[in-house]
Amino acid sequence: MLLTADIVKQFDGGPRVEASIQIEGAASIMILFGPSGAGKTTVLRCLAGLENLTSGRITFDGEDWTKIPPQRRSVGYLFQDYALFPHLRVRDNIAYGIKHSHGSIEQVAEMLRVRDLLNRWPSELSGGQQQRVALARTLVRKPRLLLLDEPLSALDAATRDHVRSELAHILRGVGIPAIVVTHDWVDALTLGDQMLVMSGGRVLQTGPPEEIFTRPQHREVAAAVGVDTVIAGRIQRREAGIAVLQVGSGQLAAADPGGADVDFYVCIRGDDVTLEKGRADQSSARNHLRGTVAEIAAAGILTKVIVDVGFELVALVTRQAVADLELTKGAEVFAVFKASAVHLIPNARM
Amino acid sequence: MNWEAFFTTLKLATVTSLILLIISLPLSYWVAFSKWRFKFLVEAVVALPLVLPPTVLGFYVLMAMGPQSPFGRLYERLAGHGLPFTFEGLVIGSVLYSLPFAVQPMAAAFGSVDRKYIEASWMLGVSNLGTFFRVIIPQSWAGVITGIVLSFAHTVGEFGVVLMVGGDIPGVTRTLSIDIYDQVQALNYSSAALTSAMLLIISFLILSIVYGLNRKGWLFVANRGHRQAI
Repeated sequence: MLLTADIVKQFDGGPRVEASIQIEGAASIMILFGPSGAGKTTVLRCLAGLENLTSGRITFDGEDWTKIPPQRRSVGYLFQDYALFPHLRVRDNIAYGIKHSHGSIEQVAEMLRVRDLLNRWPSELSGGQQQRVALARTLVRKPRLLLLDEPLSALDAATRDHVRSELAHILRGVGIPAIVVTHDWVDALTLGDQMLVMSGGRVLQTGPPEEIFTRPQHREVAAAVGVDTVIAGRIQRREAGIAVLQVGSGQLAAADPGGADVDFYVCIRGDDVTLEKGRADQSSARNHLRGTVAEIAAAGILTKVIVDVGFELVALVTRQAVADLELTKGAEVFAVFKASAVHLIPNARM
Repeated sequence: MNWEAFFTTLKLATVTSLILLIISLPLSYWVAFSKWRFKFLVEAVVALPLVLPPTVLGFYVLMAMGPQSPFGRLYERLAGHGLPFTFEGLVIGSVLYSLPFAVQPMAAAFGSVDRKYIEASWMLGVSNLGTFFRVIIPQSWAGVITGIVLSFAHTVGEFGVVLMVGGDIPGVTRTLSIDIYDQVQALNYSSAALTSAMLLIISFLILSIVYGLNRKGWLFVANRGHRQAI
């Protein structure tokens, strides 16, 4: 095991954060995922040595890091807004943490395509360029572990997609294990080999990102990973592998989870729901729920439409679809989704 | 214009602000970053000269230097003469008197350096001391220079402490502010007016420098050697 961390951090009169992290492979990327306030950055800062542990232990490659100051951990830390020193040019920023260059600055600048920027000031760089310079400043020291705190959140939506794939490419290229904090599921799916979902200072689920997104194990995970509809329901009847659930005053069909449980959280991702004006006669989708539009709101490039079908169902559709279907508040619409798009999580609280 | 008093004042203010630079850098760093819970007591002591009558401060400094005090006796044994009514004694009094004028702007500047730059420096393997000189001070120039210039100006203008600790020895401890007092006592108004005008102009110039330095962005741009991206 390369990294083993058992972290307990109790802030004075404040929140408590607990997490266990293991990294096996030399080049794997671990995602720390969760809503803001979940404790992700605290975990990262503990690994960096910027926060002392209340209790627990951090070992890396056989070394005990628990009480080692940040300067001696050979950890590269990428700050949320990159923290380039404003009083130093790009070249001096990159050279800041090394004693002798021996051409390593040119080398890393070449790799990260910042060679032409070496004489600029940080304030003259775009967000994406700042990120590459900050990575260069870190990588030139040849760290053994990379910690990235929300590496894409300082960028505007237009550059984020481009920088994200570039970052994925860089992280794969350097072959240094990395831990990336994010609350964006696209980041998680693009960058991560493993993922750890945190909420309220605790780890809720660990596993490969795809698995967590399609099979969240707790209601909080489902909410944290961005499954849009999470609501309690009860199985009314089961027939031929299909379970029919009462949800609010509506009903829906889901794949029968088996077992004896009847109370579940119904989780439906917004992009699995299609909206239609009339009822299609032939369709493989089991659920055609008639409802009225309760709310329409922009959600990035998509539009989030909440339809009251006896319960509030969230659909993510394109703006074009909203225009084509002439969706307005109060309009009648059919929400269509497959039974297999309904993910049921046992509701132990009932 | 008493040139002897002018040069005594200049020498006193220069020596005092240089000593204050050396003392205040670490002291301000401690004031800005220490998490000790009784730090406020030290802050209060540093700020005392702001509210204490200079004669009171001067009185205590005089007592501390005198042959009754261990410090005074130690100094006398080492140096062969006492501290009261000497230039060295005057420097000690001035350093104490101007301490808050050096420490407060510096501590405020250090404390306002964004913590992420300090942590970024640590994460790049640089020690606390290295971080102080390579990140904190370069981003606090305005505060450091303000502290030094203010303590210089404050020393030029001091009267009570100089009179108590230094006496009024021409060429040794007679400064411009004392000289003005002496001139007025001697009904020599024209000389007093000239010296006063001189001090007024010097003080105005010094304060203009301080406020100019602290104009937003000015020093930062000068520091970076070009005028873009303010």
